[in-house]
Amino acid sequence: MAQELEKSTEITRIEPSGSWARFDLKDVWKYRELLYFLAVRDVKIRYKQTAIGIAWAVLQPVLTTAIFTVLFSNFARFETKDVPYPLFALSGLMIWLFVHTAITTASNSFVNNANLVTKVYFPRLIVPLAATLAGLADLLVSLMILVILMIYYGINLTAHIWLAPVFLFLGIAQTVAFGTLFSALNVRFRDVKFALPFGLQIWMLASPIFYSSAILSEKWRLIFAINPLVGILEGFRAAVFGTPFDWTIIGISCVSIVILLLVALIVFKQMEDSFADLI
Amino acid sequence: MQAIKVENLSKLYYLGGGRSDSLRDALASFVRQPKTKAKQELWALRDVNFTVERGETLGIIGHNGAGKSTLLKILSRITKPSSGAAEIYGRVGSLLEVGTGFHNELSGRENIYLNGAILGMKRREIEHKFDEIVAFSEVEKFLDTPVKQYSSGMYMRLAFAVAAHLEPEVLIVDEVLAVGDVSFQKKCLNKMKDVSREGRTVLFVSHDMSAITRICSRAIALDKGGVILDGEATRVVRDYLSSSLGISAERDFTGDVSNAPASEFVRLKRVRIVNEHGETSGSHDIRRKIGIEATYEATQGGQILLPNFQIYNQDRVQLFTVQDISREWHRRVKEKGEYTSTVWIPANFMAEGSFSVNFAVVTYLPSMRVHFNAVEVAGFDVVDSIEGDTARGDFAGKMDGVIRPILDWETSFNG
Repeated sequence: MAQELEKSTEITRIEPSGSWARFDLKDVWKYRELLYFLAVRDVKIRYKQTAIGIAWAVLQPVLTTAIFTVLFSNFARFETKDVPYPLFALSGLMIWLFVHTAITTASNSFVNNANLVTKVYFPRLIVPLAATLAGLADLLVSLMILVILMIYYGINLTAHIWLAPVFLFLGIAQTVAFGTLFSALNVRFRDVKFALPFGLQIWMLASPIFYSSAILSEKWRLIFAINPLVGILEGFRAAVFGTPFDWTIIGISCVSIVILLLVALIVFKQMEDSFADLI
Repeated sequence: MQAIKVENLSKLYYLGGGRSDSLRDALASFVRQPKTKAKQELWALRDVNFTVERGETLGIIGHNGAGKSTLLKILSRITKPSSGAAEIYGRVGSLLEVGTGFHNELSGRENIYLNGAILGMKRREIEHKFDEIVAFSEVEKFLDTPVKQYSSGMYMRLAFAVAAHLEPEVLIVDEVLAVGDVSFQKKCLNKMKDVSREGRTVLFVSHDMSAITRICSRAIALDKGGVILDGEATRVVRDYLSSSLGISAERDFTGDVSNAPASEFVRLKRVRIVNEHGETSGSHDIRRKIGIEATYEATQGGQILLPNFQIYNQDRVQLFTVQDISREWHRRVKEKGEYTSTVWIPANFMAEGSFSVNFAVVTYLPSMRVHFNAVEVAGFDVVDSIEGDTARGDFAGKMDGVIRPILDWETSFNG
């Protein structure tokens, strides 16, 4: 035993927080198992004590798609080229529902896990990350519905389908950025709780979920693309339905995502040391 | 070999107007000069220095608010110090609470994995020790039942079982022994002793002086954020108890009238905890009566003013409320002037531990009115002896229960 102890070289140094703390992503990697267990926990408890359980994960996208289809392909027609409207709507909605749920749960994640934050050490980034990743289970269910619907409508896959996961990944990245940012701000400013639902509503209207960005003029479309969801949704649809890619729009959105991620990490890093004292 | 080195560790908290809770305040203070709101500074820790050798079991004692929790939180990396530094050599495991992160909806099995990961165990490590943990917890049959259906005893046993199988080189423990029944506690104490026998370092915070002397070789006592005693555990405990470290055995508002709890009819002047001789004291022998005394001023007169004390233990359990129902004052109007009311808690009534006192002045007739309630206005400790003449008899372990009365027994021999 003594020998075993001698071997240990792990040194924990505890100091006041510096003004520019390093990004300690290695520490997050070290705690990846905790990230996994917390995400699994969130998935498992999401539909506990509901009568129909996991069926909610199916019903939410299906019902919303149905409503949108009735509204926007019958009463107010939105041009979606060769893509059947239900497919078009579902492909946008599944990403939106993930973004919406994940950002909402992530922003409340510290408040909901206050007991963890005040009693144990682990990289704080794990908490909003786990909340975001837990949303992937629902996304997976929606994805399966999309596949079934595509088979039903006889959509042929093109060579670009391999890009679909890339755009989903970009969607996750931007969700992580927003979720992390709001989770940190929410510890200090509970205003987030009130402002977020409002912001999400506006964001939904400003994103090409139930309409195509093709309805905008060329110039406006570029400004529109600052919204990272624009590039993600357009890119994902192009990859899945084999329609042409608008790389300018996708490029602008990608730059947005990178900037967002950096801002989120910097804000988070600045605030995380005080979480246990503030929460 | 050193295991822990703490150098000039300090932690400053701002109370009151120190920080802004809403965005509006933060923005306002960003734009304008911050208002000169009364920003109260509180040094939870101030220039704390000590080292712990490898294999040593260090006990940390002190009243509520002495800085124990803050010290543990900093060493556990939950919060950062304001200045100073500490170094810990070896893998650190900290248990500030048993069952952190347990989720009611999840099964015992799922919670073992989740809680293990939260405490910093690797998945393989948990799998490896799984059977041991289950055996230790004695809940085999209910492993796949959601823990919300567990009894509180089962819940705590499972939680402690996971924690007990954490095998760090430096273990930081806060008051987690107060769980389960007597046989289980014995098991936990032995586990802690094993840990230190294996050459690991243990840092143990407790209000339970007897647990400290049983488990720890060395102890430090904290008061007002600083180390005031450091040395062999039994000696530190003895010196600590005999000194009058009463955090707040007395609270005097006469120099600070504007902050005194008050209504337009009555104003609090002073609250003290006294021994049988009427001397202020924060530490009481379980075999002696304890007096709680409040001095207040009826500023207008003409009201029935009833003094009311609420006693809490360190787990925030309210033990009792006591108010003046004496025939003399119960329904009698108090004239303008100063009053001192004392209530006596009998000897051999309270359990050992730390207690806090709220003091309120209440009127019931003609209509109910709480004039003020001064929360945690004073506090005191009760210490049980092991001389055999208290309710604990010859039992030297940790006794459960929020009160510890000596009651009459009748035993007859029936043949």
